[in-house]
Amino acid sequence: MTVPRKPLAPRTPMPEQLPEVRIHNFEEVPLGYTPEQAQAEAARCLQCRKPACVEGCPVQVDIPAFLALIKQGEFVAAARKIKETNCLPAVCGRVCPQESQCEGRCIFVKRGQPLAIGALERFAADYEREHGQVDLPEIAPPTGRRVAVIGAGPAGLTVAGDLIRLGHELTVFEAFHQPGGVLVYGIPEFRLPKRIVEAEVEYLRRLGVQFAMNHVVGRVVSVDELLTHEGFDAVFIGVGAGLPQGLNIPGENLGGICFANEYLTRVNLMKAYAFPAYDTPVARGGRVAVIGGGNVAMDAARTARRLDAVSVDVVYRRSREEMPARAEEIHHAEQEGINFRFLCAPVEYLGDEKGMVRGIRCQEMELGEPDASGRRRPRPKPGAFFTIEVDQVIIAVGAGANPLLTRQTDDLQLNKWGYIVASETGATSRPGVWAGGDIVTGSATVIQAMGAGKIAARDIHQWLARRTESIGGAPVKTIES
Amino acid sequence: MALVVENREIGPRLVEMVVEAPRIARKALPGQFVIVMADPAGERVPLTIADFDRQKGTITMVVAIVGASSLKISRIGAGQSLHALIGPLGTPSEIEPHGTVVMVAGGVGAAPIYPIARAFAEAGADLVTIQGARTAELLFWTDRLAAISRQHIITTDDGSAGLKGLVTQPLGELLAAEPSRPIARVYAIGPPIMMKFCCETTRPYNVRTIVSLNSIMVDGTGMCGGCRVEVGGQTRFTCVDGPEFDGHLVAWDQLMARQRAFKHHEDCAMERQAAQAVCE
Repeated sequence: MTVPRKPLAPRTPMPEQLPEVRIHNFEEVPLGYTPEQAQAEAARCLQCRKPACVEGCPVQVDIPAFLALIKQGEFVAAARKIKETNCLPAVCGRVCPQESQCEGRCIFVKRGQPLAIGALERFAADYEREHGQVDLPEIAPPTGRRVAVIGAGPAGLTVAGDLIRLGHELTVFEAFHQPGGVLVYGIPEFRLPKRIVEAEVEYLRRLGVQFAMNHVVGRVVSVDELLTHEGFDAVFIGVGAGLPQGLNIPGENLGGICFANEYLTRVNLMKAYAFPAYDTPVARGGRVAVIGGGNVAMDAARTARRLDAVSVDVVYRRSREEMPARAEEIHHAEQEGINFRFLCAPVEYLGDEKGMVRGIRCQEMELGEPDASGRRRPRPKPGAFFTIEVDQVIIAVGAGANPLLTRQTDDLQLNKWGYIVASETGATSRPGVWAGGDIVTGSATVIQAMGAGKIAARDIHQWLARRTESIGGAPVKTIES
Repeated sequence: MALVVENREIGPRLVEMVVEAPRIARKALPGQFVIVMADPAGERVPLTIADFDRQKGTITMVVAIVGASSLKISRIGAGQSLHALIGPLGTPSEIEPHGTVVMVAGGVGAAPIYPIARAFAEAGADLVTIQGARTAELLFWTDRLAAISRQHIITTDDGSAGLKGLVTQPLGELLAAEPSRPIARVYAIGPPIMMKFCCETTRPYNVRTIVSLNSIMVDGTGMCGGCRVEVGGQTRFTCVDGPEFDGHLVAWDQLMARQRAFKHHEDCAMERQAAQAVCE
C-alpha cells in the first residue's frame, strides 16, 4: 500500500464543550459528530486491503467495513457491523486508547492525521441507540446450562452478552448496587455518561441476563457454593483490580488524603458532585494535588477542577512523554488549567496539628535508562527537594489485586502479586472456573478486559458443549465466530 | 431491595430494625457488618449486624441517628424496603473462650457487642459486661446483655442509672481487683474516644483489648481505602482486615482526625434532612 499523492484531507475535528464552560459542569466534553461530519470523516478512509487498524484492535472490529457503511449513510448497519465483535461500542468509542490501538496503526498516522476511528465508533453506536434501532440478536435454544459471572464490569458484561446468545442461562453477581464496574464507579460522567452504560446493561437484561446486585462473592456466597449448592455449571471471575495502592511514604494516612478509587467512586457512582441532592459527600475546593500520570489521575484532576478546586497539580515522577494516560485526556486536562509537575516524586506528606494534610515534600527527578516497561526510569536528583502546599491529595498510582474473593476460593492458583493465573483462554487452575480482565492482567484497559471476556466466553461455551455430550445431554450448538 | 419487617424506637434517636435478608443471615457471624442504602440517592452506610436469625432469614441493626443518612434509614418503616443491603462484610470475631472476658459497650456500641458477647457466652467464657451511656434513656438491650453475663455493670454520665461515671471506672476496678481470676480479654466497642480510653485503662495490665472501628467507607470490600487506619505502624483497612483490631496498636488520634473529614458536609445534610422532617 502506497501513501496517496493527493493532499490528505484533515481529520474532522470533534466539537467539544469549551474549557471555560465545562469546568463548571459534569456533562460530556466531546459532543459527538453530526451525521455530515461523520460521513466526511469516514470518507477519508482508504479501505486498505490489509487494514492495520483491525490488527490494532483487541477485539478485531472490522473497521474499514463500518467506516464504509458510515460513508454511505448506513449508520445503523455500521453499528451492527461493530457489534459483531464489540458489544460495547458506545463505551469503547469514548474510552479506548485509540492512539495506541486502531488509530495508531492507521496509514495516515505518519502524517499526523489518522482516521478518527474512536469518534466514528461512538457516532454509530450513539446513532443506533438514539434512534431506537437497537434490535435483539437471535438467541440459540436453551441449553439448560447455567453460568455465573462475578463482577459486572467490562469483562463480565462481555462474557454475559456472548454466552446468553448461545442459549445459556446467565447470572451476573455484582458487589455494588449498580452494574458497570469501572465504567460506573471509575470513569467520570464527563467522559462516559452513565446513561450509556445503563443502556448497555439494559440491552443485556433484554437478552435475558439476570443481575444479582449487592452480592459480594467471597462473603455472601463463595465460588464453591455457586458451583455446588447454587447449581452453576461454570463461573467467570471478572472482579477487576480494585485494591488501591499508595507510595508507602510517611503521612499517607493524614486527613485530606484519599485514593482516587474513593474520590471517583464518591463522585461517579454515588454522585457526590450533586451533594446534597445525593447524600454522599466529597471534598470541594482548596488546593488539590493528584499523584500519578495515568487515566485515573487525569479523571481525578479534572473532577477536582469541576469541584471548584483553587488549583489542581498533577504530580508525576516521569515526564510528559512517559505518561500512560490517553493523549486526549492529557490534552483536555491541560485545556482545563490543570498544572502538571513532571519529574517530581513525593517523599512525604506534611500535616498540621489537627492531622490534616498541608503539604507534599517532593524530590526532583531526572530520566535515566529505560526500564522493563521501555520508559526511561526516573532517578532522584540528589538534594533537590521542595514542598507543594495542598489542602487535599488524591493518590492515583495504580491498583492491585483485591484478595477478598481469591482468598476465599480453594485451589485457585494466584501469581506472586495475587492475580489469578489463567490460560490464554481464561481457564484457571479450577475446572469450571474462568477469569479475565484486570484480576488476571493487572490494571489494563476496558477493551482489553472485553477481549479477555470474549475469548473466555468462547472457551466456556466449548467446555459446556463437551460436558453436555459426555453426560449424554442435548448437544450445545457450536459457536460460530 | 431488602424488606424492613420491624422498626421500633428503643430510645431517643435510637431505632432497632429487623430486615429480611436470608442470604446474609445464613452467612453472618459475630463482628461482621452490612452496608445500607436508604434510597437510590442515599449514602452507603456501614452498620453492624446486631443480631441475626438464620431460621427466619432476618438480620437486626440498631441505627443511632447521628446524621442525615442515619436519619433517612431510620425512617424506613416496616413493610418498606431499603434500596440496598450488602453483607456480611468484615472479618468475624475470633471467639476464644478462655477465662474471663470483659465486654465494654459505650452508647450504641451495645448493639455490635451483643452478638459477640453471646458467642463468647455460648462458647463457655466467663462473661462480664459493662454498659455505659450518657443517660438512662440511651441504654438499650440491658436485659439481653444481663441475661448472658455473669455480671452486668451499668454506668451513666449523669448517674440516672447504675454507677455515675464512665465505663473506664468499673473496667479499671475489675482489672485491679481480680488477679485471682485473670481477665483474658477485653472488648471495647463504642465511640472512638471511649475505645481509646478503655485501651489506656487496660494497657498497664497488658490485657489484650479488641476494639471494633466504624470508619468512613464507601464500598466495604477493600476498594476505596477510605477506612484505612494505622495499626501497629501498618496501614490496615477496617472493611476487610477489621473491623476488629488490637486496640493497643491503633493510632487513635489519626483515626479521629480522619473521621472528621466530612464533618462540614454532615452538618449541612443534617440541617436539610431536619428541615424536611418539619415539612412532612
